[in-house]
Amino acid sequence: MAEKLSSKNSRPQSPKLSAALEGEFALSRRTFVQALGAGLLITVTDSLSWGQRRGGGGGGGGGMPVVARLYLNADGTIAVAVMSGKVEEGQGARTQLSQAAAEELRVSFDRIRIVMADTDFVPDDGITAGSRTTPGNVPPMRQAAATARELLTRFAARQWQVDAGALEVREGAITNKATSQKFTYADLANSKEVAEAFQQPIRSDVALTSVDDWKVMGSSAVRANSRDLVTGAHHFPSDIRRPNMLYGCVLRPPSYGARLSSIDLSEAKAMKDVVVLREGDFVGFAAPTLFQATAALEAAARTASWQTASHPASSKNIHAYLKERAQMDRARPNTRGSLEKGLVEATKTLSATYTLAYIQHTPMEPRAAVAEWSDGKLTVWAGCDGPYRAKGDLMRLFNLPADRVRAIIPDMGGGFGGKHNPDAALEAARLAKAAGRPVSVRWTRAEEFTWAYFRPAAVIECQGGLGANGSLTAWDFTNINAGGAAIDTPYSIPNTRILSVGSSSPLAQGAYRCLAATGNNFARESFMDELAAAAGADPLAFRLAHLENQRIRTVLETAAKQFNWTERRKKVTPELGVGLACGTEKNSVVAACVEVAIDRSRGEIKVREVCEAFECGPIQNPANLTSQVQGCILMGLGGALSEEIQFENGRILNASFGGYRVPRFQDVPKIDVHLVNKTDIPSAGGGETPIIALAPAVGNAVFAATGVRLRSLPMRGEALRLT
Amino acid sequence: MDVTVALTVNGVERTVTTDPQRPLLDVLREDLHLTGAKYACGEGRCGACAVLMDGRRVLSCVTPVSLADGKSITTIEGLAQGDRLHPVQEAFLEEGAMQCGYCTPGMILSAVALLQQTPNPTDEEIVAGMNGNICRCNGYVKIQNAVRRAAEKMRR
Repeated sequence: MAEKLSSKNSRPQSPKLSAALEGEFALSRRTFVQALGAGLLITVTDSLSWGQRRGGGGGGGGGMPVVARLYLNADGTIAVAVMSGKVEEGQGARTQLSQAAAEELRVSFDRIRIVMADTDFVPDDGITAGSRTTPGNVPPMRQAAATARELLTRFAARQWQVDAGALEVREGAITNKATSQKFTYADLANSKEVAEAFQQPIRSDVALTSVDDWKVMGSSAVRANSRDLVTGAHHFPSDIRRPNMLYGCVLRPPSYGARLSSIDLSEAKAMKDVVVLREGDFVGFAAPTLFQATAALEAAARTASWQTASHPASSKNIHAYLKERAQMDRARPNTRGSLEKGLVEATKTLSATYTLAYIQHTPMEPRAAVAEWSDGKLTVWAGCDGPYRAKGDLMRLFNLPADRVRAIIPDMGGGFGGKHNPDAALEAARLAKAAGRPVSVRWTRAEEFTWAYFRPAAVIECQGGLGANGSLTAWDFTNINAGGAAIDTPYSIPNTRILSVGSSSPLAQGAYRCLAATGNNFARESFMDELAAAAGADPLAFRLAHLENQRIRTVLETAAKQFNWTERRKKVTPELGVGLACGTEKNSVVAACVEVAIDRSRGEIKVREVCEAFECGPIQNPANLTSQVQGCILMGLGGALSEEIQFENGRILNASFGGYRVPRFQDVPKIDVHLVNKTDIPSAGGGETPIIALAPAVGNAVFAATGVRLRSLPMRGEALRLT
Repeated sequence: MDVTVALTVNGVERTVTTDPQRPLLDVLREDLHLTGAKYACGEGRCGACAVLMDGRRVLSCVTPVSLADGKSITTIEGLAQGDRLHPVQEAFLEEGAMQCGYCTPGMILSAVALLQQTPNPTDEEIVAGMNGNICRCNGYVKIQNAVRRAAEKMRR
C-alpha cells in the first residue's frame, strides 16, 4: 500500500487529459451572475480560452485575459470580484490576495470579494504548497488588478477626451478633477467597451504600486471571514450538507499492503437504508447517519479476511533500514573545492549522525469531501490543496470530460502540506455514484494518522573539519530519504560535499511544512554547534565568522540582541540552557534563541522561552505573518520534542492524539517574535521557514546545559535522565 | 433500538428519535444541522467538539445522545444574541485568534465554560482550563490573549 499511495504523488499527464483541459474554462454568463451578482458584460464562453491557462508558479499568468481574474459588479455593493485558484486553509491567502487586488484597484479591502478554488470560476493557479502564494500568486493578482485599473482609466480618458494622467483613481471610482466627471467601477460594469477591453491579456510588465505607497497591502487586514469562524457559520468541507445526503465510510486494510481475500457483505446489505459498494479492494458504505454507515462497515469488517504483506521496517529499526537502502548508485553530490583536501588541512575533524522520525500533519479537520452527481455532472466540495488536481483525478477515475467535473475547496481546517491528494473526494464520488445521492466522507482521526502520508524519516550524516585558526575547512553532509530542501550550507566553507539521496520508504511520505528543510537545518545547525564547541568558540561568534549572507546575519543578530544572548549565555547552568540557530529556505531567513529548563531526575526538557527573528521581504500582513511565525514555532516544538509515528508490522501503533503528542497550551513558552521588514526585495512566503530554527536551537540549549548532544528528532527528555 | 431524546438546543426544544449510543456530536451535526461543533479526534482528546450542557463543557463526540435527554445544550451557533456576539467571540475576533478556524468553536465554548467558573483566571488557570483543546495551526498565543481579553470584557 505504501508504494500504491506513493505512486499517487507522481502525476503522469496523459495527452488525452491535457487536451481535455484545454479551454475547459467554459462558463456561462448565467453562472457568473448567479454567483457574483450582475456585472461586467462578458460572454465568458466565447472568450476564456487562452494558451497558457495556468496562472501561478511565478509565471505571472502571461496570456490570461483580465476577465479571468476580475469581475466588475454592477450593483456597487462590492466593487470587484477577483478569482484565485489558491486554497485557504488557515495560512491567510484569502485575505492576502484580497489585499493585493484592493491595493492595485484602489478600493478598500472590504469591497473586494474573492472567489477561491472553484474550478467553475477560477484559473488553475497550481496546488497550494511550498509558500508559493506570496511570490507566485500575489504578483499575478496585482498585475491583473493594475492592468484592469489602467484599462478602465484609459476608457474614461477616451470618453472624456482627456489625458489618462489627469485622472484620479480612488475608492473604486475614476474622477476627472478638472471637470468633476466621475465613473464608478459599477458604472463601467455595464460598458460593452470595457467588457471588450477586459479580454486583453494581463500585462506582466504593468507598473505595480511600490512598497512605500502601499495602503492596503502591508496592513493587518482582518482575516476575511473571521466572523463566520467565531459564530460557526462557516462551512468547512466536512460541514457541507446537500439535500438527501448520506454519510459514507470506507473499509481499510488492517495493515499496509494487505489485500482483501474475501468479505461477506450480506449483513451490511441487510441493514436498513445502507448502501454498500464493492469494487475490487474498495469497499464502502453510505447511510443516512454516519453511525449506521459505521455499523455496516464494522459488521462487514468482522467477516473480512486479508492477505497481509511482510514488513521488515519498524519505527525501531527505521534509520538502519533507510541507510541500508540508500540509493547511493544514484547519488549526485554537489561539491565545492575538495573535501579530501579540506579534511587533510583540518587540525580537528568531527563526524555525527542525526536522525528524524516520521511525523504526521494531523490538521484539525481530517480529509473530508461531499460529492454530488447531478445531470451527469459531478461536483465535489473537498478539503485538499489542489482544486484542479482534484478535478483531474476525478476526470480520470470516472473518464469524464472537463465540463462534467467541478471541484470546490471550501476554506478548510488546516493542511500543513498533508492534504495534497483528494482521497476523500474520490471515495465520496464513488459512493455517491453508487448511491445515486450526495455522499459526505470524512476520515476518522485514526484513518488520518494511518492512511494519509507522513513527513519523511531521515538519516543525516555530517562530517566537518576545523583549521588551526578555528575556521571551517571541510563540510560533508548527506541526507538519506528526507530530501534536499535547505540542504546547502549558507556558511562560507572552502571545501564541501553535499548530497541528498533517496531510499526506500516503508511508509507513504510526502510534503510537510518546510519538508526536508527542518531536518537539514536541525542537523546543520546542531553540527555547527558541535564544531563551535570543538573550536572553543561562542556559537553566535562562530556562525557570524562563517556567514556572509547579510539577511541571515541580520535576523541572527536581531534575535541574539533581543534575547540578550551574550549575557544569558554566561549564566548557563546544568538546569538552564540557552541555544541558538538560524537558517534560510524559500527565500526567507530565520533565527531563534531559546531557553530550556532541564530536569534530569525526571528526564524532562521544557522550552521556557523562544525569541525568533524572521524576514521574508516586504511584510504584506503583519498580524497574519505573526500568527504564521508563532504557529511555526509551536508546531516545530512538537517535532522537536514529542511527535513521532510509531509503527510495526505495517500498522501505526499510536494513531491517536493519546499516543501521538502534539503541542498543547501547557507547552507554550514565552514567545517573542521580531519581524524584519525588508522592502527592497520581493516578498517571499512566511508560513513555513519560521519552523526550521526551533529544533536545533532547543538541542543546542540542551547541550549548553548538560553537555549531552541529542541527535534524534524528537529529542526525548528521557535520554537525559540520570539514574 | 431507537429512543426519543428531548433536549433543548440553543434555547429551542427538540426531540430526536435515534440510537441512544449515537454521539451527541453526530446528532447535532447530522440531525439538527448545527455543524459548528467539529469532529477532530472522536475520543475526547482535542476539544473541537466541545459544547455546553447545562452550562458545563462536555465533549460531544464521546457523549451518547441519550445522556443529553432533558438537558440544555449550547452550541457555537447559539452563543451570540442575535447580531450581538458573546464577549468571548468578540475577544477572539479582536485578537485575531484563529487561523484555519476549525478548532475555534470548541475553543470559544471552552473559554466560556472556564470564565463562568473562574471569572478572573490567572495565566496558569487559563492554561489548565484550555489544555484539553488542541489547535494544530498552533495559534495558542493569540487564543490565550483572547481568553484574557474576554475575562476583562466580562468583568466590566
